[in-house]
Amino acid sequence: MTDPSTEPARVPDAVRLDLYSTMVLARTYELAIQREYHADKGPGFDIGKGLVPGEMHLAAGQEPVAAGVCAHLMVDDAVTATHRPHHFAIAHGVDLNRMTAEIFGRETGLGRGRGGHMHLFDPSTHFSCSGIIAEGYPPALGQAYAFKTRGTGNVAVAVTGEGAANQGAFHESLNLAALWKLPVLFVVEDNAWGISVPRSASTAVSSNAVRAAAYGIPGVRVEDNDVDAVYAAAGEAIARARAGQGPTLLEVATLRMLGHFEGDAQGYRPELAEVASHDPIPAYARRLQDAGILDEDAIARIATSAAARVEAAITFAKESPLPDPADVLKYAFAEEA
Amino acid sequence: MTTAPSTPVRRLNTSKAMAEAIAQEMRANPEVIYLGEDVGSYGGIFSSTVGLLDEFGPTRIIDTPISETAFIGLGIGAAVEGMRPIVELMFADFMGVCLDQIYNHMAKIHFESGGHVKVPMVLTTGVGGGYSDGAQHSQCLWGTFGHLPGMKVVVPSNPADAKGLMTAAIRDDGPVVYMYHKGVMGLAWMAKNQRSIGPVPEGEYLVPIGTAAVAHEGADVTVVTLGLSVHHALDVAEKLAGEGIGVEVIDLRSVVPLDRETIVASVAKTGRLVVVDEDYLSYGLSGEVIASVVEADPGLLTAAPRRLAMPDIPIPYAHVLEYAALPRPERIEALVREVLA
Repeated sequence: MTDPSTEPARVPDAVRLDLYSTMVLARTYELAIQREYHADKGPGFDIGKGLVPGEMHLAAGQEPVAAGVCAHLMVDDAVTATHRPHHFAIAHGVDLNRMTAEIFGRETGLGRGRGGHMHLFDPSTHFSCSGIIAEGYPPALGQAYAFKTRGTGNVAVAVTGEGAANQGAFHESLNLAALWKLPVLFVVEDNAWGISVPRSASTAVSSNAVRAAAYGIPGVRVEDNDVDAVYAAAGEAIARARAGQGPTLLEVATLRMLGHFEGDAQGYRPELAEVASHDPIPAYARRLQDAGILDEDAIARIATSAAARVEAAITFAKESPLPDPADVLKYAFAEEA
Repeated sequence: MTTAPSTPVRRLNTSKAMAEAIAQEMRANPEVIYLGEDVGSYGGIFSSTVGLLDEFGPTRIIDTPISETAFIGLGIGAAVEGMRPIVELMFADFMGVCLDQIYNHMAKIHFESGGHVKVPMVLTTGVGGGYSDGAQHSQCLWGTFGHLPGMKVVVPSNPADAKGLMTAAIRDDGPVVYMYHKGVMGLAWMAKNQRSIGPVPEGEYLVPIGTAAVAHEGADVTVVTLGLSVHHALDVAEKLAGEGIGVEVIDLRSVVPLDRETIVASVAKTGRLVVVDEDYLSYGLSGEVIASVVEADPGLLTAAPRRLAMPDIPIPYAHVLEYAALPRPERIEALVREVLA
């Protein structure tokens, strides 16, 4: 295991601006979805009510992981994300309008309203996600297998949370990918909470990155939710994968700023009052300002641009038609598409 | 469509017919691969891949670690990218260690994506008992696969269907679970049914998924079944024909989609129905078949329908106990006589 965060990562200025913009877009999106989600859940809180019904898992605070990893990806590279998928979808370039329409359950959505926010599938960017812990890892192996067989040089990125690192699918996937030298980057977002259970209550290892040793592959842990450090570590791992040297396990200590799901009061969480002070985005803005590559005007411009894109996507979703209930039996089988 | 067997016909056992279909599709399409445990030099524990490694090599006939979740998921990801993987789950009984990949991923991705993502994958698996392999290696479980939406489920009972259904399964744009009963494969080390070796068309041969076959015509009683039980039912039908009793045997061949039309048409002719199922009795295929007939027209039946299935117990090990539970020919015969009485 190495710890790249001990040295400041050297990331080109233009890349750092892109990383910042990606994080801002993802955050703007999450907050807008949060606003829309809660807008019509009342009186009280009824999870099944409103324009955006069902569970909602937001990734505010975890943007550095998605931005730092996906900055190295091409559109033909694959990402399998978790039940908390929006930041990775945005960082990988999934169409914002169609993703939003899916979250709003519209016919124009990525899955024509059949999937919902935990089940987003975008073949144009090879993006998918799964509502089942760790079970997004095995399909990533197959995408990597197809890339390797065809010699495309593409990679697959498989994402889980730290709670999923205790699941069988996680370990089987690391073993098989290592054995076959598949071009995969396994990413663990360690936000320290498996719903309400702290990491200390779910595993005896201090870092999931050490588990890579069991499979003979590199394991890297980035300690401080630092997008520059994620970018540097992911870049090295993805380059290895593209060069045919096999998978890497990358764990990032990140921050779940919100509840496990919207409506989660987080009474189990003692450090809740301090969470806002660890927000990685203003911290990164300050760092870029100190480095002289970002100023107040640029911050405002990036925020305005993100807000415009997000609000346009929400408008697109709201103005899109709902699926026709007469089509409810479609798409169980391929020939009916 | 069914390709009429106009091409030359040889006699093969079921496992060779299955492997022949795979080989023909692999020659035609380099994106077809086969992976699973012991599918390489061993040729599959139930001979599902005998000879394929020699022709296609280890990059297309791929031995995997014992990691069903990882390698079935790998098949899903490869299929999502447009390959046509065939993945073997050695025993259907093992579905529990990897069921999430099967029913939450393989079977649901197409639906969840609103039809935008296809998963053209075949999951092969050995099923069935009768050789004292005990409760964890003898189940059929096609009712479970059939109950969970999004995957087609086929069960060939003879060599020609094994070839035709495999060809159709590989070419299908969605996931197909191909369940081969060990007792019909024609294995050298297992009691062989006389019909486990039979005529198989050469060249391209398809059996469309979702069409049952009338395996034996008769006017007095319909026996609906699948897999090894088809052979038992045919034995009974041939015996009773000597007594002037007409037993019509319907070989379902496909659990999903279920060919309800053929079932109903047969019962409309005979008025009597016996369902034989080597899977568990309750909440299973036998109830589904009877419900399909009653829903179509409750007046079709002139006698109460009967079913013979695995009683709701784990499959026993001791030979005498296992045979007491399995739908053996003598019990099929007794039930047919009962429903005719």
